[in-house]
Amino acid sequence: MDTHDPMPPVLDVAGLRTMFFTRQGLLRAVDDVSFSVARGEVLAVVGESGCGKSITALSIMRLVPSPPGRIVGGSVTLDGRDLLKLDEAQMRGVRGNEMSMIFQEPMTSLNPVLTVGSQISEAIRLHQDLSRAAAADKAVEMLRRVKIPEPAQRAREFPHQLSGGMRQRAMIAMALACNPKVLIADEPTTALDVTIQAQILELILRLQQDLGTAVILITHDLGVVAETAQRVIVMYAGRKIEEADVGALFAEPLHPYTHGLLASVPRLAIMSGQVQAAQERLQEIPGMVPPLTNLPTGCAFAPRCRFADAQCRAAFPPYTQPRRGHWVACWHSERLYGAGA
Amino acid sequence: MGAYLVRRFGLMLLTLFGISVIIFVLLRVVPGNIVDILFDSAGMVNPAEKVKIEKELGLDLPIPQQYAAWIGGLVHGDLGYSYVSEKPAIAEIAPRIPVTAKLAAMALAFSVLIGVPFGVISAVRQNSAADYVLRVLSLSGLSLPSFWLGLLMLMGFVAWFGDMPIYTEPPATLWDELLLYAAPAAAVGFRSSALVMRLTRSSMLEVLRQDYIRTARSKGASASSVNYHHALRNAMLPVVTVIGLEAAFLIGGLIVTETVFNIPGVARFLVEAIRTRDYPIVQNLVMFIAVVVVVVNFIVDMLYAVLDPRIRYSG
Ligand SMILES: Nc1ncnc2c1ncn2[C@@H]1O[C@H](COP(=O)(O)OP(=O)(O)OP(=O)(O)O)[C@@H](O)[C@H]1O
Ligand SMILES: [Mg+2]
Repeated sequence: MDTHDPMPPVLDVAGLRTMFFTRQGLLRAVDDVSFSVARGEVLAVVGESGCGKSITALSIMRLVPSPPGRIVGGSVTLDGRDLLKLDEAQMRGVRGNEMSMIFQEPMTSLNPVLTVGSQISEAIRLHQDLSRAAAADKAVEMLRRVKIPEPAQRAREFPHQLSGGMRQRAMIAMALACNPKVLIADEPTTALDVTIQAQILELILRLQQDLGTAVILITHDLGVVAETAQRVIVMYAGRKIEEADVGALFAEPLHPYTHGLLASVPRLAIMSGQVQAAQERLQEIPGMVPPLTNLPTGCAFAPRCRFADAQCRAAFPPYTQPRRGHWVACWHSERLYGAGA
Repeated sequence: MGAYLVRRFGLMLLTLFGISVIIFVLLRVVPGNIVDILFDSAGMVNPAEKVKIEKELGLDLPIPQQYAAWIGGLVHGDLGYSYVSEKPAIAEIAPRIPVTAKLAAMALAFSVLIGVPFGVISAVRQNSAADYVLRVLSLSGLSLPSFWLGLLMLMGFVAWFGDMPIYTEPPATLWDELLLYAAPAAAVGFRSSALVMRLTRSSMLEVLRQDYIRTARSKGASASSVNYHHALRNAMLPVVTVIGLEAAFLIGGLIVTETVFNIPGVARFLVEAIRTRDYPIVQNLVMFIAVVVVVVNFIVDMLYAVLDPRIRYSG
């Protein structure tokens, strides 16, 4: 799909579908999502709460809670291998090794009864043939790399003895310990203090550049997208609705939803990190995301969209590429050509 | 950790003091004393004689004074004399302790060794056939009183094998002892094992939903490492507490089960002593049981600190 990059992507997700079989009915959490990530690239995933960002990430890791969830279709190709075809033992060899993930909640993401160091060295020993002592040394080294002061001391401590920011650093150390090709960061800073957020983000970016890791960064925060990512995909109600280079997306959003997200926010404000306004704007689009168990046929954004017509309500629009590398799923995206944000 | 230990230890002493007062007062409040019972069975009452015996036994003194005398004796290792056998209470109680202790230890081992692994299996295979079978079994375990289960087992053994090992004389070998106590220990332990299993299951299910379990899986840990290394230790915290509380129920279960299986332990002896209002035996035995329960709970508190660093470090 991605034609402007001659190198094969490190990760290619195609037609991914994940559903939850709930009492309320079938919930399409991820519906026909495709994208790819180039080596060393930062790809941002944005969208309102509940649009399926985390489940997309967990599907790629094959960690969707099951039951009730199940990946029902598509492929996830990491360096030429379809992860969805691996057996569980092979998949364990991928997780934490070739691809790892950090989560939104640093306070609860570490095991409270194990030391920080042992949790990191466990990740190392699962994939590398190292002695206990060597892995422990490497864990301390990783803690040093994520700029935790007194790493040897911290390695012996338990998670509750560390602050939220420190725990997230430890999570990053754990995720990067085996030098993965892809790191998925699911809102890694949302739960942290504003002052800490920037430090953590900067840390992820620096390590990403040092190690050449590709990063999928899930966020609500358009300011973060502008500061960190090269490409961005926008999700709505389980679907990808737009994908573009960050600059192109901010300059000329082609989906009315993205347009709505960006419209009232001066681009400069986003670029300079004044993201409050952008976040408020998320709630300003009139109407609500429909429940994923009960999606309208056609475009799920239609009930909230000022351009919506019978065609929108009848069928989900195909992906088109009106600009090079800029994909959109909207019957009326031409109306936004040149409109800017 | 030090402060935690000291606080728990202080609490333990305080509890024991409270228990000793309650035991003592309750026992004196129950109508009828040894003298009444002696005279009853003799079928005649001579008031002068009665007063004399009461005086001999110290039963005419005010209750606080009697209490002080008891505790004073306890501190010096003097438990008084059995009213019935007139032997030192310690000589009556001491030889029965190992019997009950072994039985209790086996029952506890039974409940933990059955309850924890099956609880884990039940949680890990939630809603599978195995889970349903285990849940029904554990429900039945909770609803069967141990003495009734004991009787059923006795009858079952006799019906199927025509015989079963029963206590007639002290067992000669360890193997004989194990055989002898297996049935009563199972009868008593079954209930606790059911409770431990249900609790392990619900606690495991709760823990398996936690974020850090997802983290463990995300770094490539195997299912067994996730279940046992990451989840079980966290899940054991509430279970350990309940095992401590179960120690008390276990002794309650032993009282009837020792009677059903004719085992000469402290629990059965206690029932006899209560019937004859043999105060020195009763109050010392109940006090002993209280000490055991309180000490078990103290050990549980320590274990809790070992398992949970948050407690260890909060002092
Ligand atoms: N365990 C589950 N059982 C049933 N439905 C679930 C489960 N987990 C997630 N979902 C549903 O899947 C959909 C997508 O959830 P997801 O967590 O991916 O959203 P998200 O985009 O990450 O939102 P947020 O920004 O709030 O993190 C939601 O509608 C949610 O209700
Ligand atoms: Mg999420």
